[in-house]
Amino acid sequence: MTYDLTFAKEVYENSEEGHWIKMCMQCGVCAGSCPMGFLGAWTHSPRQLFQMVRAGLRDEVLSSTDMWMCTSCYNCIVRCPRNLPITHIIHGLARYASVQGKADPKQSTHHFAKDIFWENIVATGRVGEAALTMKLYFKDGIGEGIKQGLEMKDSALGMLKAKRLKPLPFRGKIKGYPGFKAMLKKAFELENQKEGKA
Amino acid sequence: MADGQAAGQTILVVGGGISGLTTAVEAAEVGYNVLLVEKSPHFGGRVAQHTKYFPKLCSPTCGLEINYQRIKNNPRIRLMTLAEVEEITGSAGAYTARIRQNPRFVNQKCTACGDCAKACQTEVDNPYNFGMNKIKAIRHDHFMAYPSHYYMDADFAASAEAKKLVEVCPVGAIEPDMKATVTEEKVSSVVWATGWKPYDAEKVLPYGFGRIANVTTNMRFERMADKFGPTGGKLVRPSDGQEAKNIAFIQCAGSRDHNYLPFCSRICCLASMKQATYVREKNPDAKVTIYYIDLRAMDRYEGFQKMVEADSGVQWIKSKPARIDEDPKTGNPVVVGENTLTGVRYEEPYDLVVLATGMEPNSATSAKVPMADARYDEYGFVVSGGGLFSSGCSSQPNDVSGSVQSSTASALRAIQTAVNAKG
Repeated sequence: MTYDLTFAKEVYENSEEGHWIKMCMQCGVCAGSCPMGFLGAWTHSPRQLFQMVRAGLRDEVLSSTDMWMCTSCYNCIVRCPRNLPITHIIHGLARYASVQGKADPKQSTHHFAKDIFWENIVATGRVGEAALTMKLYFKDGIGEGIKQGLEMKDSALGMLKAKRLKPLPFRGKIKGYPGFKAMLKKAFELENQKEGKA
Repeated sequence: MADGQAAGQTILVVGGGISGLTTAVEAAEVGYNVLLVEKSPHFGGRVAQHTKYFPKLCSPTCGLEINYQRIKNNPRIRLMTLAEVEEITGSAGAYTARIRQNPRFVNQKCTACGDCAKACQTEVDNPYNFGMNKIKAIRHDHFMAYPSHYYMDADFAASAEAKKLVEVCPVGAIEPDMKATVTEEKVSSVVWATGWKPYDAEKVLPYGFGRIANVTTNMRFERMADKFGPTGGKLVRPSDGQEAKNIAFIQCAGSRDHNYLPFCSRICCLASMKQATYVREKNPDAKVTIYYIDLRAMDRYEGFQKMVEADSGVQWIKSKPARIDEDPKTGNPVVVGENTLTGVRYEEPYDLVVLATGMEPNSATSAKVPMADARYDEYGFVVSGGGLFSSGCSSQPNDVSGSVQSSTASALRAIQTAVNAKG
């Protein structure tokens, strides 16, 4: 375990909402409020991650899968006595880890967000639910995909009936798609500038 | 000693708790006239609701009794109960205070014999015990209530029963037709000592007070521990009256939290440690658990903490619990959170959970200073200035000894204004 004493400052300056971490008083309310904690989904609670950032545990924090487990329920934000936007800080850390190339590409939330969801939405400018679901189910191979698809078939049929799921995977691009692409291009430019990759 | 003319000045002290009483006797004993105004029917304030003081664990009645004696022996102090200051105009050295004297419906002939309460059929929630028991509608709150006269609420005074009680009183003290009066008083300085109230625990939703029967507050627990309290000093579960043998205290319940009171009330850590001694004294087999963010035994009180820490029956868990659930079978409150020293999440059931709620200054809500240029800090405590001085828990969260010190200081500053006013 190595301690990188510049890591806290790095996070405060570069990770979204990361500067709030210095305000944490380690009371533990976020940890007790997180629904994922009692499911055993994470190793370190938000409070522990914040303390690890401050202690300089760079590798442990950035390669952790903990922040990828956040369901954005906002319980922690509502209850935090010091007004820390914990959900956003956690998302910020996850993104920072990804940008830094430290996040496990196979971690399912990371993989879903970075590859499946992103590719899906960029391709047409809108979410194609059927294609998105297929890709998610089949990410671990054909056998696994069929198994998961069968498990969820009743839900899918229900959603189809209720018109909550578009059956056709390809609905074409949104109106003004070139504009959408241009916006993304600009956003990437700005982001790369900010992260010193310009 | 002030000269004759300066000593003719009057100092208005608003609030008759330990702070107001202290300022009143200190100022009067050096020769100034004091008008002491109390909103409720009796003096004594929050201190009168306590079972014991920390750190000496002695009875609060002792300190109150000394101050009552000093008041009784001092002709310079004029007392008003059931009175409210409605407006203060003028400037330092020359204020005019308009004071509303609300009716007591019992005059000063009352000898507190209690015949009226015996005859009275109507009962009301006892505010002295936070409504945990009932009391007769014509009443005397507790044995340390001073002045020792009965009183009744306006609603009851208007009833037919109140009229009948007139005949019961052997000395003709009951006057259901008594009316409010308004007077104006010239005063040179004003000491604001309207104290505090327990923060409304129902606002702390995740802890379930008001929803879960066996979640109570530290002030209610204080009344419960008192042998003159609603349970005769037994520490019991409100749900079934069974003795509470496994009790958790939760610190900072509604304090140091931007959702509730953002500041630290300074007294609650010590109060819970004190209450832990009640539990352990009454039943050596009982267990106490204290949940805390960090322990704040202010000033010279660390010794008290060490004393409680030496008791193996008291367990300490560094954690601000996330929420309290109720076990529907047992009625046990279940405290949920993360132990921040071990990182282990817990769900612990208790017989009773006591929320250590903080102090909300009355000056922020029900007792604002009715003076055009009165100033408050960001939390609603009164900031001294001109001829207005805040005292005790109107100035900041204080324990009893801190309140007494602050009030003695206020007496001096009020005297200085009086002397300068005389010019």
